[in-house]
Amino acid sequence: MTLTLLAAGGATIPDIIVFAVSAAVIIMGAFGVVTSRNPVHAALSLVMTLFGVAVLFIEQDANFLAAVQVIVYAGAIVVLFLFVIMFLGVDRRENIEAEPLVGQRPLALIFVGVAVASLVALLVSSHWVTGAHGVVGPINGSVNPGSPGAPSGEVAQLGKQLFTTYLFAFEATAALLVIAVVGAVVLARRERRDLEKPSVESPDDEPSSDSSEKEVLR
Amino acid sequence: MSLSGGWYLTLAAVLFGIGAVGVLVRRNVLVMFMCIELMLNAANLTFVTFSRMLGDIGGQVVVFFVLVVAAAEVVVGLGIVVAIFRRSTSTVADDLHVLKG
Amino acid sequence: MRVALLIASASLHGGIAMPHIAYLAILPEIVMLGGAILLLAVASLVRSALNVTVITVSTLVISLASLAAALWQFFDVQSHGAYTTLDHAVVLDGFSVLVTVLVASAMALTALVGDGYQRREGLAGPEFNVLAMVSATGAMLMGEANDLVIVFLGLEILSIALYVLAAFNRRRAESGEAALKYFLLGGFSSAIFVYGIALTYGATGTTNLTQIADFLAKNVVVSDGLLLAGLTLLLVGFAFKVAAVPFHMWTPDVYQGSPTPITGFMSAVAKAAGFAALIRVFVSSFGVLRVDWQPIIYALAVVTLLVGAVLALIQTDIKRMLAYSSINHAGFVLLGLEAAGALGKVGARGVSSALYYLFAYTFMAIGSFAIVSVLGGRGDAAHEISNYKGLGKRQPFLALAFAVLLLSQAGAPFTTGFWAKLQVVAAAVDANSVPLAVIAMVSAAVAAFFYLRVVLLMYSPKKFVSDQEGDRLENLDASGDAVASTSAREPLWSGSGRQTALVNELNATLLLESSPETIEVPDEREGDVVNVPVLAVVAIGICIAVTVGFGVFPAPLADFAHKASLLFMP
Repeated sequence: MTLTLLAAGGATIPDIIVFAVSAAVIIMGAFGVVTSRNPVHAALSLVMTLFGVAVLFIEQDANFLAAVQVIVYAGAIVVLFLFVIMFLGVDRRENIEAEPLVGQRPLALIFVGVAVASLVALLVSSHWVTGAHGVVGPINGSVNPGSPGAPSGEVAQLGKQLFTTYLFAFEATAALLVIAVVGAVVLARRERRDLEKPSVESPDDEPSSDSSEKEVLR
Repeated sequence: MSLSGGWYLTLAAVLFGIGAVGVLVRRNVLVMFMCIELMLNAANLTFVTFSRMLGDIGGQVVVFFVLVVAAAEVVVGLGIVVAIFRRSTSTVADDLHVLKG
Repeated sequence: MRVALLIASASLHGGIAMPHIAYLAILPEIVMLGGAILLLAVASLVRSALNVTVITVSTLVISLASLAAALWQFFDVQSHGAYTTLDHAVVLDGFSVLVTVLVASAMALTALVGDGYQRREGLAGPEFNVLAMVSATGAMLMGEANDLVIVFLGLEILSIALYVLAAFNRRRAESGEAALKYFLLGGFSSAIFVYGIALTYGATGTTNLTQIADFLAKNVVVSDGLLLAGLTLLLVGFAFKVAAVPFHMWTPDVYQGSPTPITGFMSAVAKAAGFAALIRVFVSSFGVLRVDWQPIIYALAVVTLLVGAVLALIQTDIKRMLAYSSINHAGFVLLGLEAAGALGKVGARGVSSALYYLFAYTFMAIGSFAIVSVLGGRGDAAHEISNYKGLGKRQPFLALAFAVLLLSQAGAPFTTGFWAKLQVVAAAVDANSVPLAVIAMVSAAVAAFFYLRVVLLMYSPKKFVSDQEGDRLENLDASGDAVASTSAREPLWSGSGRQTALVNELNATLLLESSPETIEVPDEREGDVVNVPVLAVVAIGICIAVTVGFGVFPAPLADFAHKASLLFMP
């Protein structure tokens, strides 16, 4: 494949280089996650992939999302992963040569390989996009260029969509966050009477929901 | 002007495939979990690419929701992992053997 | 009455016009989620721990309020017709009302069953009920979603809360392991589902179900590979959630490991919500592509029916058996969905039969798992099928209730299970899927074996005790610890007055082999009668009343399901 072929869509040489480099970074990172023996290395490879994806977001004019991707994914989620890895002390090499189920790996590879190949074939054979263009609104520029107060720019557009078309979805995420908080509290709570029998007669003595402050950190 | 969307979509499909293989072949719970994140990222990249190709910002908004879901999933998932493996030092799924499957 | 409030933001500063919100359409969710958060807030603000009764009562009140809101919706839909709101993100029609009614009732029943469970296991705090209520909110969202994003969020709200609930009882090793398994496979299927949404979005240019249907009706997609790939991935994601073969691997382990009241909730609500969203997405949005997806559903239904029934035969754990039976039931609902792909009246009949089945299954499943939960004893561990031997003599009423529910699941006449099976099979015949209908009846016949096996076991005279019984005996000492590590169960519970002489004998057997071999014991161990909490009796009673009541008088429920089958169409 030559650069001229790639550039056929009107892309410039820098665009092609940016895409090629980030694609390489993404794929290398993904392979790193799958093949590294040490979970810490896997997490760092994940960061690599996430950065590559963020670069491709910028390349496609999704600047705000790129920032969010780096901040939330690399900054919060991967840090959480690393924290748990270190907390559990599992940052050791794992013997990944040992195959628990004989034939599982080749089967998985073949299965997913066929699935992805057919997916790519389907993508190539069909028109890339057949959708109704611009159902919701253009990405850049204002909706009504004439009116002075109309929101303009990518972030303003995102915000507008978030509070109009996707208002209910936005509200529904509140439930997700409630679960995340309550779930974390439930799962991380230590039983104060770990070794005692569960007592039926005295449920009132049990730690209450706000027991986090009463917990004794070991 | 960036490359045609097909390149991005193919890259995303490959990334999704690598993530799926990772979930199926790896036995370390944390790594399996990271592979799920790879798959979600592939979906996000697909959304953003389609968003550009369609000239519709809706696809970018969906990425936000995927991010929120991923964050909530990570919190709960890692909570479960910590709750289970606090006493042992292995996060290999096959070391669990109370249940039959 | 339609509560309509237009929040028109001021044109000052070029503010945005908020979409029109018909609050009635989302009232049950608001009540459920708001109630859950309120309960959580009150529980953490009150100085002393709330007692279980208060929490159960408030959960019941919230669930029933949500149910009442759903009934209000029903009358509104009857008089005003279906409509969408919140910029077409949410739809209120008979279908969504039925799902909401179902989920709210399941939540109320789970609160009743959970009360006794929480007391027995010594679990305090409102989190159990709060998480279940938030999970129920997610299920309701799935039922009334008119946008793939809402379906996805509902699915995640439902599932993530269930992951935590599966891990809730930290004294049981299985509980955490089940949660981990559920979580990994659930996360995997969610990722597949999101990718499916992405491809569908690319192919149609929108995530809104109405707009997708609109687009597909107005445009002929010539090379629709992208759309079909998206459709397949969406189906895989749904199939994981509703436990259709070959995406059922997690079901037995998760059902076995989760706290039993949660297993009941999971089997009823997650299945109903998953199927509700599946039916709405496939029938109303992708109806045009029925020739493409009907064969896939057909194949899924066949393997699900057969694998579920056959594997249930060889289970020795009642919860695993009920898990495979729930897979078998999923096959029957798929039968209805396959018929729903047909055009016109036949299709509507398919939808209504699937809904009827889900409704009937909800009460059968929650009732059955309520009984299993009660009989599980402290530690929620005594789930060997052999433990049910002689139950008819020890606890005649409980055994009778279980027998009724199992027979209903098997499809015995005068129960909802019979009508449900009859309707899906009739719908399949109407849709010219006669081979599928025959396979379904064969599967029902096979399934009848394992239900009857348990029923016969309960009324068989001899009392056997399985080796698992061994570690339920009290006074576990050093050898008891060895037993616990062999069987990987923690000896945290005590029996109720047993002979310690038996312990050593049983332990010896246990140490040698951990296969569920049964040991005959003398008759004086007859007194293995568990206390049945009053609220659980109420829950079981309601389940039986619904199962038998609508079984004898099927007309009202069939009518309800029929009204619900008229999906909102743009």
